[in-house]
Amino acid sequence: MGIRERLSGNEAVAYAIKQINPDVMPAFPITPSTEIPQYVAGYIANGEIDTEFIPVESEHSSMSATLGASAAGARALTATSSCGMALMWEELYVAASNRLPVVLALVNRALSGPININCDHSDSMGARDSGWIQIYAENNQEAYDNFLQAYRIAEHKDVRLPVMICQDGFITSHAVENIELIEDDKVKAFVGEYNPENYLLNAEQPMAVGPYATSPYYMETKKGQREAMINAKDVILEVGREFGAMSGRSYGFYEGYQLEDADYVMVIIGSAAGTAKDAVDILRDAGKKVGILKVRVFRPFPAKELALALQNAKAIAIMDRAESFSGEGGPLGTELTTALFHAKSTAKVVNYFYGLGGRDFRVENAEAVFEEIASKDNIEPYQYIGLRQ
Amino acid sequence: MKDTVEIRWHGRGGQGAKTAALLLADVAFKVGMHVQGFPEYGPERMGAPITAYNRISDSVIRVHSNIYDPDFVAVVDETLLESVDVTQGLSKDGGIIVNTSRPKEEILPHLKGYEGKVYTIDAHKVSMATLGKYFPNSPMLAAVVAVSGVIEKDKFLDEMQASYAHKFEKKPEVIEGNMNALKMAFEEVH
Amino acid sequence: MATDISKIHEKSPWQDITPGNQIYGAGTSKDFMTGEWRTQTPVLDAEKCTQCLLCTPVCPDSCIPVKDMKREDFDLEHCKGCGICAKACPFGAISMREGQ
Repeated sequence: MGIRERLSGNEAVAYAIKQINPDVMPAFPITPSTEIPQYVAGYIANGEIDTEFIPVESEHSSMSATLGASAAGARALTATSSCGMALMWEELYVAASNRLPVVLALVNRALSGPININCDHSDSMGARDSGWIQIYAENNQEAYDNFLQAYRIAEHKDVRLPVMICQDGFITSHAVENIELIEDDKVKAFVGEYNPENYLLNAEQPMAVGPYATSPYYMETKKGQREAMINAKDVILEVGREFGAMSGRSYGFYEGYQLEDADYVMVIIGSAAGTAKDAVDILRDAGKKVGILKVRVFRPFPAKELALALQNAKAIAIMDRAESFSGEGGPLGTELTTALFHAKSTAKVVNYFYGLGGRDFRVENAEAVFEEIASKDNIEPYQYIGLRQ
Repeated sequence: MKDTVEIRWHGRGGQGAKTAALLLADVAFKVGMHVQGFPEYGPERMGAPITAYNRISDSVIRVHSNIYDPDFVAVVDETLLESVDVTQGLSKDGGIIVNTSRPKEEILPHLKGYEGKVYTIDAHKVSMATLGKYFPNSPMLAAVVAVSGVIEKDKFLDEMQASYAHKFEKKPEVIEGNMNALKMAFEEVH
Repeated sequence: MATDISKIHEKSPWQDITPGNQIYGAGTSKDFMTGEWRTQTPVLDAEKCTQCLLCTPVCPDSCIPVKDMKREDFDLEHCKGCGICAKACPFGAISMREGQ
């Protein structure tokens, strides 16, 4: 049995960091992720962990220092949100292409502008092509559990890619909820020590990281990155299973809620999935066959697995908490529609944008979506939820 | 569906409405319940109206939206009655608790015809009498517990005693005052 | 065991490229014959050279070897012909000639 506690999402991630006791954490504050380095700095000051904390002057530097530490051979991480991540943009790609297994605690917040401090997924979704593994959480428990799995995935010899552990800004980061923590010794045994095969501070075996790659090498390097991302799928599942054996909470690419026999399915990421589950219960009580597919892993994108899980759905509402301004679908909408096309799905698909800039997503909103896809035939395929018009 | 008690707090930035919501979550957690305590952030500045929320339940809480139809509302700063629609969506079967030194009759006209129960507590008086300084959190917390009944009084006081003993480990002299503030608030909320 | 990067070349399949192009080993630039890039070539006039050694540290490609406190002739396998040494020499002992 774990330890019954109540923590905010930021506290939960900071606690996971404390239990892992990584080597180096450079960080620069930005709402709503600021509390994470704040709590970690407290643990360090109290002598509870011996992580080297590096205060830096920007997020460009925090990610650079994280990558430098990782290349040197350290287990490194940082935390950020929104525009902080935007300032890391160059380094996000550098992390992935140099195959540095760092972890980023991302607290999702809308990108400017208009400037806004509240939750949406525009920051991480914007970075979806940067080569990072992306794992999303519905609540504090999942943010904690996902963080404990991050290094096992990142450092696996067949993967060696950076991992972004995402949670919804304020909605989970600043909400105190019940959580079950895992004992320190179990966490230590599960996460294990980091023993990289090659690292810069190994005087016995000199090496260079991040060389210029001319065009005869560039595409082959990218293919290697792609293969690592594909390898990550098995590793994510294996780590999720092993985590389940330890904690009683198993994880895969997605979670189905009343999905098996559902005719009408909402596909959604993050905290709003919990709200939508309440709507499912209400509608199930009224005899409606509705269900939820909550996407946990967005990178690598589990296209075949999601399409298979949706094979019996008559209509699918794909929920995006980020715009892509293609004038068509959002990030999840576009990629999942492609997956459904390849799986020869004939389901009706509607792509909804919701919760941008912290716009609240209520049980009633989820109910209305289910009712629309279940009852109407000619539905506007791309819609904003809760838009005043 | 309604096995969850929902509470909305109105205060001003820096007054501790968020802290009070987190304290309530804390003590409800300690007596074995499922809890949520969370603030709603607008522009962050001292003195701006802020809202905080609690959900307290015997079962797991999954919903992650704000609270629109609360069972109880706590108003930490009565000047908000002029500018914020504090009874919006408030259940008629629940109640509102206003921190004020004025008689209830003077508060009622600001509540837009709210038909549920109206309670007042003079948190300033309680705080000054027991702590010698104005900290509205403890009296407001006790008043909300007393009115909502989400936690039994004795269990609540036992947990708070333990919690203060831990929190004020280095200044045990303030524990008694805080406990007295809680106890007095139970008597003073009407 | 780290990959033997000396076996990687421009025709290598993607499977042979190291993750992140990491280079396992030190001093590998020796294997890269940048001397082929040269359009001008430094020539040392041993008569004028005072062995002051000001030229050695300014060479971007470490192409002026020093042995027993004396400079030796240019490493033309790696010298790109930039001419910095010629500019640095206070005694006019280095001149640049056109061509390889």
